Amino acid sequence: MSGLFSKENKEAFINPLNLNNPIAVQVLGICSALAVTAQLEPALVMGLSVTIITAFSSLVISLIRNTIPSRIRIIVQLVVVAALVTIVSMVLKAYLYHVSVQLSVYVGLIITNCILMGRLEAFAMSHSPWPSFLDGVGNGIGYALVLIVVGAIRELFGAGTLLGYKVIPQCVYEAGYKDCGMMVMPSMALILIGCVIWAQRSLNKESK
Amino acid sequence: MGKLNTNSNGYIIAYASGLVLIVAFLLAGVYQALKPLSDANVEIDKKSQILKSLNIRDIDDNDAIVAKFAEVVEADQIIDIKANVLKEGKEQVNDGFRVDKISENEMPLYICKVNGETKYVIPMKGKGLWGPIWGYVSVNADKKNVYGAYFNHEGETAGLGAIISEYENFQKQFAGKNLCKDGKYLSVVKYGTVKDPDVQCDGISGATKTCDGVSAMIADGLQMYSAFLNK
Repeated sequence: MSGLFSKENKEAFINPLNLNNPIAVQVLGICSALAVTAQLEPALVMGLSVTIITAFSSLVISLIRNTIPSRIRIIVQLVVVAALVTIVSMVLKAYLYHVSVQLSVYVGLIITNCILMGRLEAFAMSHSPWPSFLDGVGNGIGYALVLIVVGAIRELFGAGTLLGYKVIPQCVYEAGYKDCGMMVMPSMALILIGCVIWAQRSLNKESK
Repeated sequence: MGKLNTNSNGYIIAYASGLVLIVAFLLAGVYQALKPLSDANVEIDKKSQILKSLNIRDIDDNDAIVAKFAEVVEADQIIDIKANVLKEGKEQVNDGFRVDKISENEMPLYICKVNGETKYVIPMKGKGLWGPIWGYVSVNADKKNVYGAYFNHEGETAGLGAIISEYENFQKQFAGKNLCKDGKYLSVVKYGTVKDPDVQCDGISGATKTCDGVSAMIADGLQMYSAFLNK
């Protein structure tokens, strides 16, 4: 064991934040990114829940990776993910009811999020538990970052608020400014994610 | 680990069966263990929704919700479509409160007293874009005007259809509206096209189907309770 935070482990965690971002580079999990980014708050909640689930499903799959028959590995991964998500949602319902009500929409979206399957298949199946856990956390946060950027832009320009608080002052509206209704539409999420990918890739090209 | 052939048919069948059994027992166990807690939460949530339809919205504490509900709601009756009272429900959380499905022979009705005035709360169920929506509409003692309204949903689009569950952006405008005017029921119309503010509310841009669902739910609900409302 070459230390808990060896170079490889750090890379497993840091790469998905930027160079190997699940949305911008791997282009995974786009559908849920479109669905929940009309406002900042659902984007935050979704980002957090996906991070928790990617981390723990990677850990579980990595622990049992040597016993999984390769012909049914996708089914096994899906069962583990679905069981984890269901348990988390039941625990929330018992202890944090308000959060669970907010999450109800996302539970299904988390199970079907392709980042989960993508990372389990590409990383956790061939790495030991600790790096897999870090990879899960990193990918979850990388996903959350893009969601937060898109959610913040859409809420700010679509409704003039952030997390429900008025940000654009009334005097700006009186001067003739109007909220951009287009921002609220799902198509705008696609365009914004396109812009994020564009910006992220050209920045990375320059830094090389 | 020794040389285990993880690709033999026998191993795969055993592995899959074992995995499914473990997961099934795990989920069933967790569900049973947590059921009393989550049932209690659901009950308190229902009470809080009924209170919200009566414009009592600033209570977050569970005990305070239970206490306020006991104070405000005088009875939960069950009536039928002809407005006959089938059960009195003086215990507040037995008869009408326990009813989840609304049918012609079993229609819950909550009789409440807010600041000394009688209000009736009518529960409603309908369909949104993706799944069920529901709501509680409180009606003044004259049974003509809305006192307050609360709506919620199971899976409407976050940031669009989900706005029906927000007070400031949607539910606030229902207070004071007529239930029915010139044969037209209270409805939600496209944002900015309200012609008759007595019986129309502004919809939400980007959530036309959910708002249509709210309109249909209100019309259905008022129709069902019409014998009671006209009594």
